[in-house]
Amino acid sequence: MSLWVVLAVNSITFGGLLFLLSAGFSLIFGLMKIPNLTHGSFFMLGAYVATSLIARGFNFWVAALVGGLFVAAFGGIIERLILRRLAGAELAQVLVTLGLSFMIADVCLMVWTGDPIRIDTPSGLRGATSLFGMGFPTYRLAISLVAVIFAVALWALLDRTRLGAMIRAGVDDPAMARVVGIRVSRLFTIVFCLGAWLAGFAGVMGGPILSVYPGLDQEMLPLALVVVILGGSGSLLAYVVLFLPMLIVLVVRPQGLFGRPAL
Amino acid sequence: MAALAILATVPFWVGGTFYVNIASQILFYAIFALGVNVLAGYAGLVTLGHAGLFGIAAYAAAKIMNAGHGHVTVATGALAVTLVVAAVFAVLALRGTGLGFVMITVALGQIVWGVAYRWISLTNGDNGISITGRPSPLGLSLTTPARFYWATLIVFVIAVLSMAIFVASPFGASVRGTRDQPRRMNALGYHVWMIRFLAFLFSAFWSGVAGLLYLYYNQFVSPQAVALTASAEALLMVIAGGSATLLGPVAGAGLVVVIKNVASAYIERWNFVLGAIFVAIVVFMPEGLVPGMARLARRARGR
Repeated sequence: MSLWVVLAVNSITFGGLLFLLSAGFSLIFGLMKIPNLTHGSFFMLGAYVATSLIARGFNFWVAALVGGLFVAAFGGIIERLILRRLAGAELAQVLVTLGLSFMIADVCLMVWTGDPIRIDTPSGLRGATSLFGMGFPTYRLAISLVAVIFAVALWALLDRTRLGAMIRAGVDDPAMARVVGIRVSRLFTIVFCLGAWLAGFAGVMGGPILSVYPGLDQEMLPLALVVVILGGSGSLLAYVVLFLPMLIVLVVRPQGLFGRPAL
Repeated sequence: MAALAILATVPFWVGGTFYVNIASQILFYAIFALGVNVLAGYAGLVTLGHAGLFGIAAYAAAKIMNAGHGHVTVATGALAVTLVVAAVFAVLALRGTGLGFVMITVALGQIVWGVAYRWISLTNGDNGISITGRPSPLGLSLTTPARFYWATLIVFVIAVLSMAIFVASPFGASVRGTRDQPRRMNALGYHVWMIRFLAFLFSAFWSGVAGLLYLYYNQFVSPQAVALTASAEALLMVIAGGSATLLGPVAGAGLVVVIKNVASAYIERWNFVLGAIFVAIVVFMPEGLVPGMARLARRARGR
């Protein structure tokens, strides 16, 4: 019994990580209709940047934020310089993002070498927390918490703020939104940066569980795709519903669909 | 005819087995690209999972061969497995068109990769599967590079002929029709889904043949053959050469294989080059290398 509960909690935490990853993908794919195949690379890049920062003595959370920001800036550059020219041309976007993901993977291999790098669990979150008489890894609980906070924050951002209303207007009718004075182009860059930031941040958060290694990008990308396809893109509520089947799948195959032993 | 004569005599004038082997590689990758072109070019369904089908043919052939069966069983068995898997993939992937189709094929391709990489008892994981020696179909030995090249050339010519027949046939026309005007085709009474399904199988068949030749050539198959990179390479061949043209994918395959071999002789970072070529082609000549070059040449002359 207790084994199943522990497995279920571990699955939810992995689901939380996937939420962070795929919420970013969903922002970009669902709202901007850009099939961003570099999303797995953003995840990996964020984690790699954080390992370098941590190795220079920075705190885990600083590294997570800065790693995310680095990826966000990088994503913004890609959006501005390349994807902007290809607006509406989905096939071209697929090819360009795929090409970029190969380039990023190769550069990461060059800079951080092929050895897996482990990110240490932040000091306050080591060990286990006792909950209902059972011990759970504290860090995994923290990930779930962060995922829930981000879910609420994203929902509030898109649904309750002026920026969110502008984004929704820009998605529904870009031409009309421009007429009423919304700078749709800048708005889309912001959305892309936010999506990239989420991916990079998720990469750092996943570091202590998954560690960082070449090929991580290609492993995370299909997960983001599957989650978005199952959950329906562009709707955040779907993710909350999604926790359920994810939980079932991950409980039945806790090592993941491809059978990687749980770390 | 002249082109065929040149191709047939390649082993005599190209100089060195290394180049003969590269020519063989170009031919079987060209067959693969021709198969991908049926979907990505003529049917307008861009696939990023075809290396999965290519790899399944190679894996199935290797398994059947190592079980001790003869060449005929190996070829028919491997192609049958490929077609069955392709039918399942087609049913899943054809639930979407456009972007949805691309995403589903990526996911399917990655599943095949996952099986190849992680289901160690079946596929031997990262170590891949080796076969001992090239088989001798119909008693012909394929051990020397030149003989293998000629055998591949025969298959290649059949593939090109089948493509020419396909393009000229009513079926080919209806496939293009479903690409350009799916609704009108539907209104005219065509079964759009079935046409796409058959195009998928046709495409999978030649991808499987290419996978088989790949196995015979390398006598080894590993998860690398089914990685997303391999699917992307095939798509690059099609797009680079010019999609929905008969010989564009062949030119693209030649280009990619040559660049790959030349680039890997000088730099280790072949993937980076591949990615950069992708980006450059899409940004600067989205219609394909051959028409794109023509356009750039026109512009240069105009000035």
